[in-house]
Amino acid sequence: MNDEIKELYQQVILDHNKNPRNFGTPDSCSHDANGHNPLCGDTVHVYLTVNNGVIEDAHFKGAGCAISKASASIMTDIVRGKSVEEAKKLFEAFHKLIVDDSIEPDVDVYGKLAVFAGVREFPSRVKCASLAWHTMQAAIDNTNEVTTE
Amino acid sequence: MSDQTHLTTALDVDAIRSDFPILQQKPYGRELAYLDNGATAQKPQCVIAAVNTYYREQNSNIHRGVHFLSEKATKAYEGARTTVKNFLNARSEKEIVFVRGTTEAINLIAYTFGRSQIGEGDEILVSEMEHHSNIVPWQILCEERGCTLKVVPISDSGEISIEDVQQLINERTKLVSMVYVSNSLGTVNPIKKVIDIAHSHDIPVLVDGAQSTPHMRVDVQELGCDFYTVSGHKLFGPTGIGVLYGREEILENMPPFHGGGDMIRSVSFSGTEYNSLPFKFEAGTPNIAGTIGLAEAMKYVDSIGYDAIHAHEQDLLAYATEKLQTIDGLRIIGTAENKASVISFVMDGIHPHDIGSFVDRQGVAIRVGHHCTQPVMEKFGIPATSRASFTMYNTREEADRLVEALQMVREMFG
Ligand SMILES: Cc1ncc(COP(=O)(O)O)c(C=O)c1O
Repeated sequence: MNDEIKELYQQVILDHNKNPRNFGTPDSCSHDANGHNPLCGDTVHVYLTVNNGVIEDAHFKGAGCAISKASASIMTDIVRGKSVEEAKKLFEAFHKLIVDDSIEPDVDVYGKLAVFAGVREFPSRVKCASLAWHTMQAAIDNTNEVTTE
Repeated sequence: MSDQTHLTTALDVDAIRSDFPILQQKPYGRELAYLDNGATAQKPQCVIAAVNTYYREQNSNIHRGVHFLSEKATKAYEGARTTVKNFLNARSEKEIVFVRGTTEAINLIAYTFGRSQIGEGDEILVSEMEHHSNIVPWQILCEERGCTLKVVPISDSGEISIEDVQQLINERTKLVSMVYVSNSLGTVNPIKKVIDIAHSHDIPVLVDGAQSTPHMRVDVQELGCDFYTVSGHKLFGPTGIGVLYGREEILENMPPFHGGGDMIRSVSFSGTEYNSLPFKFEAGTPNIAGTIGLAEAMKYVDSIGYDAIHAHEQDLLAYATEKLQTIDGLRIIGTAENKASVISFVMDGIHPHDIGSFVDRQGVAIRVGHHCTQPVMEKFGIPATSRASFTMYNTREEADRLVEALQMVREMFG
């Protein structure tokens, strides 16, 4: 099998794809937004409960490829307990990680997000990986719809 | 279909493959299995050379030129029109309008025939399997003119029923616009029957020939359609060139599309007189190199022969269909009786996008997505499909490689 494919579909990603965490509509939330990738039809809805600038809870719903689903699953895990500012910074770092070859996917720095470094070898899949993050950003900014095009 | 599997085809596939330089490429160190011909076909050396020769030896603007090169270019351009006319068996060159492709051809009809002939309360009939390019221009027209778009539904196998066509046609119907071969399902529509029904009500018919022209001989007189479209790039020709065939009487009565140079006979501020057919619909400097390349592509197809191409493709279709069905949880979308060599499929629990990336790294090029036919996806309740589309240079080995790659995907995703 192609090495880059192995890098892209790491076990962690396959696992989150099969058993996504924080999946479903929560009973309540303070912010939410709908994200759509018109290219492949991926959709994701992100629900956040933000209190005093801290993301206390995060969920998502939607349908899409393994990369977009795993990304939403891991993102909702990671941003819980983070401040809105921290979450936005994480998005910036994540985006660099998935497009920039020169960045070491250091687990100490990126934690679970490091598994997405393989996406950089697949330019057509960058939008899949970033869809959930764009949608989270839109939820925070109170823009209810976002598309990756 | 199954009786075709025993056909030994008359095609020399190795020789054909050597005509296509791009097939020598080795993506990711593997042989290229190009199974995305429905999106665009590769170009044989003769087409590449014809375009090259044009720019090296003939380039000039056409018509009205008095110099050496302009005469050469005009001759080549109008010669291409004659080749197209013969290829489609149109009655005359006046019926062959060069456009960018099927999309532009359909828009041309919507903006000229549509705007002048279709009004409030009128209806346009399409099918549920249309490409977006045969939906959106009509929706724009409907919004502008207050007409209505009616849709012939498709069955679970991806077929229309002639009874539905009969029922949906009425005295308000002003145009039937339908795809001959579906790009996402592979269905070959009974277009001749549709045309006959429409004509018995004096309704003109536009046939979207983007996907039919690469697979079968089309004789526009025999079909009897009023309009027929060709996308050159799907027929082994260059991108940005296509054909709108229109019956002379109907084209004659249509207002022009774009205004500008070449489409006029005389211009004055007190009034402008339009040029004769087909020039009335060809404003501005056309894609001259493209027409020359397209004509060469048509000659190439003729030199191979549609009978041989069809037999070979049907063999691949039957073979690949059977092999694909051995994969766990794979379902073919589009199981019409009469199909071209296009196979759409979905796999349980695996998104087409993941399939596409995976098989790409095995050197197999397929298309994943909605294929610009979102209503088809909606009908089948799926966001997207993976699609393999075969042509004359494809082989059973390439079908095997696709199947092998899909088995690996299945294993990886469990
Ligand atoms: C059935 C069908 N109609 C129309 C089109 C549009 O053709 P073009 O993009 O060449 O204008 C396509 C191309 O994908 C097609 O498959």
